[in-house]
Amino acid sequence: MGMRVDLGEEIADLQGPGPGRGRTWLGRNWLWRVLSQSLQAKIGLAVLLFFVAIAVLAPWIMPYDVHTPVGPPYEPPSWEHPLGLDDGGIDMVSLLIQGGRVSLVVGFAATLVAMVIGGGIGIIAGYFGGRSDSILMRITDYFLVIPDLPLAIIIAAVWGASLSHLIFVIALLLWTTTARIVRAQVKSGRERVYVMRARSLGASDARIIFRHVLPQIGPLLVATVVLTIAVAIFDETALTFLGLGDPTAITWGSIIEFAFLRTAISAGAWWAVIPPGLCVAFVIMGCFWFGRAIEDALNPRLDVSYLSPRTFRVRPLPGTEPETG
Amino acid sequence: MSLLEVRDLHVWFDLPDGGQLHAVQGVTLGVDAGERIGLVGESGCGKTTTVLAILGLLPPSATVAGDVQFEGESIRRDVGETVQPRRWKDISMVFQGAMNARNPVKTTEAQITEPMEFHGTAEGAKARRIAGELLEMVGIPAAAGSRYPHEFSGGMRQRAALAMALACGPKVLLADEPTTALDVMVQAQILELLTGLAHDLGLALVLVTHDLPVVAQVCERAAVMYAGEIVETGRMDDLFHAPRHPYTRLLFAATPDLYGEEDVASIPGAPPRLDREIVGCPFRERCDRAFERCRDERPALLPLGADRMAACHLNDDPVAAGFAHR
Amino acid sequence: MAERSERGPVAAGGPPLLEVRDLFTRYRVRGGIVGALKREPRRFVRAVDGVSLSLRPGEMLALVGESGCGKTTIAQTILRLVDPVSGTIALEGRDITHLSQRELRPIRRTMQMIYQDPYESLDPRLRVRQAIEEPMLIHRLGGKRAARERRIIDALARVDLSPAEMYLDRYPHELSGGQRQRVAIATALVLEPTLLVADEPVSMLDVSVRAGVLRLLDGLRRGGNLGIVMITHDLSTAARFADRIAVMYLGRIVEEGPARNVVRDPRHPYTKALLSVVPKRDPRDRTAPQILSGEPPNPTDIPSGCRFHPRCPVAEDRCRTIDPELRPANSDQHMAACVLVA
Repeated sequence: MGMRVDLGEEIADLQGPGPGRGRTWLGRNWLWRVLSQSLQAKIGLAVLLFFVAIAVLAPWIMPYDVHTPVGPPYEPPSWEHPLGLDDGGIDMVSLLIQGGRVSLVVGFAATLVAMVIGGGIGIIAGYFGGRSDSILMRITDYFLVIPDLPLAIIIAAVWGASLSHLIFVIALLLWTTTARIVRAQVKSGRERVYVMRARSLGASDARIIFRHVLPQIGPLLVATVVLTIAVAIFDETALTFLGLGDPTAITWGSIIEFAFLRTAISAGAWWAVIPPGLCVAFVIMGCFWFGRAIEDALNPRLDVSYLSPRTFRVRPLPGTEPETG
Repeated sequence: MSLLEVRDLHVWFDLPDGGQLHAVQGVTLGVDAGERIGLVGESGCGKTTTVLAILGLLPPSATVAGDVQFEGESIRRDVGETVQPRRWKDISMVFQGAMNARNPVKTTEAQITEPMEFHGTAEGAKARRIAGELLEMVGIPAAAGSRYPHEFSGGMRQRAALAMALACGPKVLLADEPTTALDVMVQAQILELLTGLAHDLGLALVLVTHDLPVVAQVCERAAVMYAGEIVETGRMDDLFHAPRHPYTRLLFAATPDLYGEEDVASIPGAPPRLDREIVGCPFRERCDRAFERCRDERPALLPLGADRMAACHLNDDPVAAGFAHR
Repeated sequence: MAERSERGPVAAGGPPLLEVRDLFTRYRVRGGIVGALKREPRRFVRAVDGVSLSLRPGEMLALVGESGCGKTTIAQTILRLVDPVSGTIALEGRDITHLSQRELRPIRRTMQMIYQDPYESLDPRLRVRQAIEEPMLIHRLGGKRAARERRIIDALARVDLSPAEMYLDRYPHELSGGQRQRVAIATALVLEPTLLVADEPVSMLDVSVRAGVLRLLDGLRRGGNLGIVMITHDLSTAARFADRIAVMYLGRIVEEGPARNVVRDPRHPYTKALLSVVPKRDPRDRTAPQILSGEPPNPTDIPSGCRFHPRCPVAEDRCRTIDPELRPANSDQHMAACVLVA
């Protein structure tokens, strides 16, 4: 009934038809727009791509073999080995590159599994609602309530340690949050008028989900994925550090783990401990910045400019004297 | 000298891709105590921006020029002044969708006492007593003050918004689409309330709306806005029976009447973009009486007699004098 | 620009396109844990509380009323987006009340809805061409791509968006509100429906474009087969464009008849009051409005007897106990549900 206009919409009207009217819809080339408008997004994505590039190009750029000692244990950084050597005399830079490969793969894989499980549950619960929603959400709640670390420890202890088990464990920890986020998004996406219209046209549920709801929440899904990757990588590092990872695999977490086990710190070998930690921190930060930038762009109503002082600019009219005081 | 006077107000908004949107293009209007005027126009004409500029509530992306005077004193401040002392104490506003803009965790009474305490007009028990009186004045039982906004119906929330606007005893009330989302019966109640309050309290009322019949019923005078500027002002009676701008005439013709027999008109086309300079008359492309002069020369808002102004070449062009405005 | 359009009689006669009998739709109000613990009786929102109406091909019926009167719910029920509790809905003679959603799919072609919000009813990801094509894809109509394209262009022409090429590849956000609403109508028309339900089709559009869209709807149904149920709160629009008006209050139709008659000679006190408070555009036209106090009660708590009696300016004692039915007022065509109507 009547027209809804608030100032933001009036500006949109004044500009003439243009993008930006939707709430979760950023426009066709949303990625490009988010990147161009946010420095945070640019930096985050750049950091991520940097690490991914290194991981992909690893076989070609790794300076030394990770299984062959090239010097004494804990040799300090030098021109040949900018980050020194670890306790086994292996070049740290090569270790980091190799570790990055595995850590990223584990992180991505765990996120993928979590998204498939959590996303699937979220879509079903959010779209169909009713009893399936209640049942699925109760199951999710139970999993949320179980303490993460003891669960991981028990599973690793009982099942044995390997990379695929690790991926599974991490996914188990992650899917619940994903399910909740996806469910909320699907629920709200389902209420959009054009979705109701598609239903009244007689479109099948599958069609509506895949053609209308999912694309609509696409950008937010991407943000969720990116942020989940950050958590997955952190979880991997933590679990491996605690000794629950695959002992034969080289990951950033295992590098730190061995450094601690082999008393790197008391040997003063900071280069064996800090660089891998920094790598993890940077990747997480990159994911975070990129993911949050997408989220922020999707929520124009979170704009809190009204909380800032009302200093709009004042311009003297041409021909009048500038005001004093 | 009017109670509230706006002189040659301009507002520009920065656009995200650079450039500026000239949302308000030289608006001049005034309202006296006890007077009720309407600011009429369709979406995007700049009417909401105008009243927000009067109260200094524009976002940081806005640039303002021109003067706003209250009781003869200029109240438009320079950059750096963040709080207008006049706001709410002398001039207050009922916002569009005010019903939905209430703070959901504060009781209604608290939301009325808040501006009082902020401006120092009353506090504590005295403020609560005044809040109760205000609620009664707008037709809400004072006991309902302890309720939360979500417990109210749309009409009651709008009344509460009115009470909040009147909290500090302003002399001017700006009402932006106060009844737009309400049912016709509730609308009638609110309009009756507004008219009564304006009369009893000697308020000056500026009613901003796209709904012509509402303005026709409530206001004595009105200004019609199009593409950021005022294209005609005058008494309501004159605007309907003898419009001097084609947009005014067409806007009335596009409003269906309950018992009328004529066809309802529609105006083809759309308003011009405001991020570019407008050459000639902004209404030219949709006007049914445009001629060559309209293409090159932008008509100025000219007085046409007592209390009457219009921005249209038909009013002063000897060539076009043969055209009637009907 | 005002154009002269014919206001001749509409093709009458023939079986009704839509026939609704004694329809009831209710929603259960969630009691919550506290309610369950206190063993409160379940409350229902009686959104549609006994409505019968019919629509002939080529006719436009306006459903008018304030919020909460049930006009939107009855539209959703007719389209089987919501299930009724009891009553029947017959479309082109066929009872669709109890068909399953699967059985309804082919029938959905023939009944379409136009939504209020032109900014929301189109998927922002789809171009105009895709939006209009989608219904055909869902129902596997239209044959090959070329044939579908022709139908799309045809649909655009029917809603006066010509030349079609200018609009086919646009996204919704590149169109004005009026154009978007026309595209929404085109997506409905492409399936050749016989029933169109328009829910406040112009209330979110600028005044200057409303008449264009309304005239479009008017012209479409005069073509012959299409019947339109227009839901609106705007009595003036209903009076000018609809053949018949049905005034709803708290889930019931309280007055129904030819638009002219209902507006010029209202028989139900609610209709009279409603008409009196519609603001007139002529400032000299100052009829005294009959402003009712308060607001319509909650549809969970419908008053006894005549549901309007607490607010009725001419209520009598018997109104508290008698629940009046619709009975002829001026003629068989014009009915009102009031004991004061002879």
